[in-house]
Amino acid sequence: MDGTERMFERMVNEHQHRVFALSLALTGNRHDAEEVAQDTFLRAYRALCTYSPDRIRELKQKAWLHRIALNVVRNRVRGVRPRLVELNGSEPDHSPGPEAGALLKADIDALATRVAALPARYRDAVVLRHVQELSYEEAANALGQPVGTVKSNVHRGLKLLRGEEDDHAD
Amino acid sequence: MTTLIDLKRLGGVKAPAGFAGRLMAHVGMADSYASFETVLGTVYVAWNRQGVSAAARSASAAEFEEWFRKDVGRQLYAADPPADLAAKISDELEGRRRLRFDLRGLTEFEQAVLRKTREIPRGEIRPYGWVAREIGRPAAVRAVGTALANNPIPYFIPCHRVVRMDGQIGNYGGGGPEAKRAILDMEGVRVTRMEELARAGVRYQGVKTTKIFCYPTCHTGRHALEKNIVWLHDEASARAAGFRPCKVCRPGAVAS
Repeated sequence: MDGTERMFERMVNEHQHRVFALSLALTGNRHDAEEVAQDTFLRAYRALCTYSPDRIRELKQKAWLHRIALNVVRNRVRGVRPRLVELNGSEPDHSPGPEAGALLKADIDALATRVAALPARYRDAVVLRHVQELSYEEAANALGQPVGTVKSNVHRGLKLLRGEEDDHAD
Repeated sequence: MTTLIDLKRLGGVKAPAGFAGRLMAHVGMADSYASFETVLGTVYVAWNRQGVSAAARSASAAEFEEWFRKDVGRQLYAADPPADLAAKISDELEGRRRLRFDLRGLTEFEQAVLRKTREIPRGEIRPYGWVAREIGRPAAVRAVGTALANNPIPYFIPCHRVVRMDGQIGNYGGGGPEAKRAILDMEGVRVTRMEELARAGVRYQGVKTTKIFCYPTCHTGRHALEKNIVWLHDEASARAAGFRPCKVCRPGAVAS
């Protein structure tokens, strides 16, 4: 295994859950989420193979993977769905651990579906800020938008999620 | 009511089991494996996008994984096999060639030995020297034996069909001489008879009517009448008696 492959393996181990959670919040179901997460890492791998060692060392992996995942989702919406290998079988069931006691898997999936149904610009902002818990600066960076735009999109997105019409809550 | 705590929990979702493994296999960095029930019992088979890369009758998945990582040297993850793999595996074991193999990581010599070995039909056997001669390395008989002993895909690349000329069945990486005998028996080779012939110094079967000599298991000589068969001890005396080597099993240097 060469250096790039070892590095990629570390990156997958470190970020797989974060990227999957991001993909779930953006797509709203686990099947699409696995496709998006897999495609995100596949693109990352192909890019890494072309990068110089210096560029790889300076890479901010988390932000970089977020940007790739957002692009993957956008491209799917445009209908340029990349062909992926068939993912066989049903998804393994994750029984809720003690920390998830308050919110069962079904509830999480229902929430993901609602988040994913938001208009894209609100959805992306809300997901980066409150699901992935990036700072506004990091989210703005990942989205390539000004911080103020992200803040207002997060705000509107949350209001839509809560089903509020008027501007009377936080 | 959606709270920020709920959204945070959504961010805490874990990737499904096996995600990393499927991903590694997808980018081509790792092989996948599963176990299959076959005529040979439970066989663990590893594959990647190039084809089947390893097989073994391991006692457990853990044992197979450990052997694969040490022997083949790549990462390995359990996976659901492609829909048609089980059917291809049983076809292959019944003599219909449907699998592709990944022999990367083996030397060119080892690959040549294994590719040649795959040409030996089910129900037939060849000596180690035949493989050596066929790949253009007639002196490398021992090296052929070593390459076959290290065959990462036994049963499918039929190293069990390569035997010693002196009547001993020879070693077998896929479970020792007894396993080799059992598999050949299952494939229709009369192992005990072949051993008797070899011990008596018989190497070839000649057919008087055609004046052709073959390896005793060659399918072209199978329908000869008993009264027309002569047992031959070496190539020189066969040629002296007017026989020429069979063009299918090629038991001697190709006739000039």
